[in-house]
Amino acid sequence: MSRISPATAEPTLLDLGVRPPTANRRLASERRARLAATAAGAALVAVVALIVLFMARESLPLLTRMSIWRFLTGRHWYPVSSPPVFEILPFIVASGLITVFSLLFAVPVGLATAVFIAEMATPRVRGVIKPLLELLAGVPSIIYGLVGLAILAPYLRTLLSLPSGLTGLTAALLLAVMILPTIVSMADEALRAVPRDYRDASLALGATQWQTLTKVSLPAAASGVKAGVLLATGRALGETMLVLMVAGGRISLPTGIAQPMRTITATLATEVNNAAYGSDHYRALFGLGFVLLLVTLALSVVAERYADRARRQAGLGGGGGAAGRRRQPRAQLKLGAARRQTGGDS
Amino acid sequence: MASRRLTGMALVLVLVLGGALLSGCKQKITLDVRGSDTMVNLGAAWAEEYMAANKNVTIAVQGGGSGTGISALIAKNCNIAQASRAIKQSEIDQGKAAGLNIKEVIAAFDGVAMVVHPTNPVNELTLEQLSLILRGEITNWKDVGGNDTAIVVASRDTASGTHVFVKELVVQMRETLKTAEYGPNVQFLPSTAAIVTEVSQNPNAIGYVGLGYLKPEIRALRVKNDANAPAIAPSVATVKDKSYVVARPLFLYLPGEPTGGTKDYIDWILGAKGQEIVTKLGFVGVK
Repeated sequence: MSRISPATAEPTLLDLGVRPPTANRRLASERRARLAATAAGAALVAVVALIVLFMARESLPLLTRMSIWRFLTGRHWYPVSSPPVFEILPFIVASGLITVFSLLFAVPVGLATAVFIAEMATPRVRGVIKPLLELLAGVPSIIYGLVGLAILAPYLRTLLSLPSGLTGLTAALLLAVMILPTIVSMADEALRAVPRDYRDASLALGATQWQTLTKVSLPAAASGVKAGVLLATGRALGETMLVLMVAGGRISLPTGIAQPMRTITATLATEVNNAAYGSDHYRALFGLGFVLLLVTLALSVVAERYADRARRQAGLGGGGGAAGRRRQPRAQLKLGAARRQTGGDS
Repeated sequence: MASRRLTGMALVLVLVLGGALLSGCKQKITLDVRGSDTMVNLGAAWAEEYMAANKNVTIAVQGGGSGTGISALIAKNCNIAQASRAIKQSEIDQGKAAGLNIKEVIAAFDGVAMVVHPTNPVNELTLEQLSLILRGEITNWKDVGGNDTAIVVASRDTASGTHVFVKELVVQMRETLKTAEYGPNVQFLPSTAAIVTEVSQNPNAIGYVGLGYLKPEIRALRVKNDANAPAIAPSVATVKDKSYVVARPLFLYLPGEPTGGTKDYIDWILGAKGQEIVTKLGFVGVK
């Protein structure tokens, strides 16, 4: 039985008579390796599952004291008063506002930077910018906090005539700079994974560089870009030190970005050391953490789906060249069929 | 093989016994001190001085807030908790539940200065005005004789003993207004240093810091007990003679009656050398 397609003369391993290992022909060492790998994977899954279960266990008893609706939508947080009140809407809104605004600042700039270094920059310029971005990615968040406290906050206060410079806006601006490297790296990789054939074909058909970029390259890179943005969102949501120092620490419901506010992470950092083990305060804090955990897990799952799609697209897209033909007989079959249909020569 | 194992074991035995003999001269003591940010510099100064004189003792001092320190004490994670507020009954009960009979030691006194930006025209306020400002019921400086700008209140967060102390004394007017809380626009900052930074840069801000944290970049307000009382500026002298009203003891909490190394350390703190450091850092001694 020959699987050699007319489109190419290269035989696959199948043609040479090498059969894939079936279950009862697996070597013991292979079996051991499989077991070890499976165990490692299972352990990782178990860790995540245990974290979620632990958070749920520590926080759910609070529901005997108050309704989940009041917990999530009430606006007053008085943990040390008698009686204490635990309502977390202001923190959810603050985290949401700061994350959304930081993305609003970071995504356009990040995407533009990625386009520049992937499509337009010479290798020398790219060789300067990429390391600089890695450097930026390595700066600890507390440095951003110090810069915010000492420089950005007073500047914004005078620029925007605000009562105080410690606001969600200050935090969002600094956070945008922090998550920029994530967005740029992933968008850059996604753009570079778009095969030259696509670009060449588009330009050959008479499209301008801008048209090629917006209608061919970016849509092809979309999955990778989306994955990068989602990853950056997760990072922005989880950032603690920066927002603790710079966002203002006001615990009432924020009604705008240029107001002092306190995010979920800042509240946890402030109060978790202080709450007595097993008390209602402790449970409320775990509930807060649980909410954050669920949101970040959901984001990660969605990001992974996009990243998967991006990887698959890159694999298939790479089939334009000889490497693709060797790897994916099915793809090259299609190509062969297409070529025969258009009557082109092989 | 067997002889190698034997030699190995003999070596280990010699090392262990030798080490025991050598260290038997003076027992190594490690003390973990945690708690009040107000007291962290004081705690560190005490520790440094004491360790210089007693080489076998290691003392580690951490801040985090009075609440954090007391929590750690109850969880048996530290030996001494520093607190700038009195321990609550609920915390004493938690300690009892954990098997601890928490002991309180007053190690110093401190004044809490209400601070504003140096350019703020307001120089003195009554306790009631301060309460109304912290509660968010007075929101403009012009209502207390200042400029027509919004008041920005910079407070510490709930982990801080100073937060609780100022709440009970000022916000709740010596606990007469049992349900009063900090106002909805108060900013809860994570450390005294953050308050100093904000107040020194923001002409509209008012905050509170311990006496030891006063700097030339911020100005302490004079406080009047009521409208007819004299306006007193916070200082070591006015805290000592009790004329400055926003003053409090600084506590050390122990998991029980102090013994051994801990007892020596506490006695030293309450003695001449320890109290000398207290005054050097801008606090008030217990004598």
